[in-house]
Amino acid sequence: MTIIGTSGLVLNEKLLFEHSDPGRKGYSLPKLDVPETALPAELCREEISDFPELSEVDVVRHFTRLSTWNYGVDSGFYPLGSCTMKYNPKVNEAAARIPGLAYIHPATPAHLAQGTLELMYRLQGALAEISGLARVTLQPAAGAQGELTGMLVVRAWHEAHGSKRTKVLIPDTAHGTNPATASLTGYDVVPIASDGVLTLEEVEAHMNDDVAALMVTNPNTLGLFETNIEAICKLVHERGGLVYCDGANLNALMGIARPGDMGIDVMHFNLHKTFSTPHGGGGPGSGPVGVTEKLIPYLPGPGVDFDGENYSLEAAKADSVGRMMAFHGNVGVMVRAYAYIRSMGAAGLKHASEMAVLNANYVRARLEGVYDLPYKSRSLHEVVFSDKDLGGDCHTLDVAKRLIDYGYHPPTIYFPLVVKGAIMIEPTETESQEVLDEFCDAMIAIAGEARENPELLHQAPVRSRVRRLDETTAARKPKLKWEKGA
Amino acid sequence: MEFPEELKYTEEHEWVMVEEELAVIGITDFAQDSLGDVVFVELPEVGTFLEAGKAFGVVESVKAVSDIYAPISGTVEEINDDLVDAPEIINTSPYEDGWMIKIRMADAGDADNLMDAEAYQALIAEES
Repeated sequence: MTIIGTSGLVLNEKLLFEHSDPGRKGYSLPKLDVPETALPAELCREEISDFPELSEVDVVRHFTRLSTWNYGVDSGFYPLGSCTMKYNPKVNEAAARIPGLAYIHPATPAHLAQGTLELMYRLQGALAEISGLARVTLQPAAGAQGELTGMLVVRAWHEAHGSKRTKVLIPDTAHGTNPATASLTGYDVVPIASDGVLTLEEVEAHMNDDVAALMVTNPNTLGLFETNIEAICKLVHERGGLVYCDGANLNALMGIARPGDMGIDVMHFNLHKTFSTPHGGGGPGSGPVGVTEKLIPYLPGPGVDFDGENYSLEAAKADSVGRMMAFHGNVGVMVRAYAYIRSMGAAGLKHASEMAVLNANYVRARLEGVYDLPYKSRSLHEVVFSDKDLGGDCHTLDVAKRLIDYGYHPPTIYFPLVVKGAIMIEPTETESQEVLDEFCDAMIAIAGEARENPELLHQAPVRSRVRRLDETTAARKPKLKWEKGA
Repeated sequence: MEFPEELKYTEEHEWVMVEEELAVIGITDFAQDSLGDVVFVELPEVGTFLEAGKAFGVVESVKAVSDIYAPISGTVEEINDDLVDAPEIINTSPYEDGWMIKIRMADAGDADNLMDAEAYQALIAEES
């Protein structure tokens, strides 16, 4: 086996404050040829003590060295479950740098921004088509804000219909952010148990006149398709509720099944997951929300309209939940997502989902029997193992740390909570069989080490720039501010 | 792992010690071991009425955040302030220094519905 993890010429780097040398500069100005005049005192601020003073090369080296500590999907495999860390094609970046799209001011009048508005309109339409929903707002800045938007729409719909429902049902296999969203929207969360997949009986037992909505993630965080979703949506609707779908796992469904057809009323999309825009770290993300016809009046505005000739920003809607963000959301991210959708095409998106599911099942098949697989049914785009029966008193955290030595970003661990010691792997469609084989070889080797030489796991990582960090002290006594000499 | 005979236990891994009308509540050795290093605890205010089966607090470890459920109904009489600054006590002494709250029981008979040490050990043997 080739181990791609290594320790080479990895440089340490001090903070900018520690590099500073008073009087050092990164610029030189021409000689003054006019009389020097002081600025009015009220316009001058006091000196900032210890403000770093550096040369250009100091700064360039500082940030270049820091950048070598990054690990991203451009460096290697990144099987972070539930996060869809697919490769971000560079054509997206080329599109986002087209000057007319990159430099347009957000306050540009609609008649001078027809290109950008057309792109937004087409993206609204593409997402509506993919999800089977009637209308999409592109405004939310990321997934969590998309969830909040969707649940505010749910609440607005109930209020407009005179309903005073106070509760939201959330299965234990939903995304971890869902309860927070329901709570922030003012609802009480009722957790419901599922045995891998949510049953109609379980929903029926909890679905009453107090329940505003059911929030599901489909496929759920075990990577399992909610096979009863259609009947569940029907029941929730009959009893006066709405169904929210967390769209974080849409990568398993594109071109194959549409949430709108299943009976979902509202869902969010993560453009930074499913639609290959940059992810995490600095994003920014984008979390559009799609709704059925009856919820359109409550969406945040303005969206983009088209009258057959011109694109325009929608007029204010009386029942709208209001703006979720200044201007139009993260437009640069929308450009990348649109570039992805158009470069893939309908057939390409479907193929991406098929390959994502195939890759997850390939990993599942290679590691089943080596790692405990708590839910045996066929998974979709991700697969969840556990640390049960690993030898040598080794646990999920040890496996994750040891994977770093083998050169992989660890998968999501200890989530979903329904699996004790969960190891949640989502390979995405991006990876070749060779990459998956190397990763599975590493996972199998680590399971062998756990039995034969568990210290290798307990000590891991040993090849990384820093060894295992003390997460406990970091959480109990966080140091949130640098202090000189501390 | 220890499971003192004199305590009562719940399926959610809390323990209860009944002292006349008061009940002392904490989480079990199994719970602290499963959670790993505890880094934060949120407890209710004194005087809060707790309903059996409802979450009354939160315990957060480096691995996960979990609700703590009231094993029996009653009013909070006292909370363990030491846990706020030193939540690690829950790991080192789950049954003694790591107690969380004392409640005045609404119905002293409620404690009879909880598991004894033997039944609880059987439950966790099944779970793990």
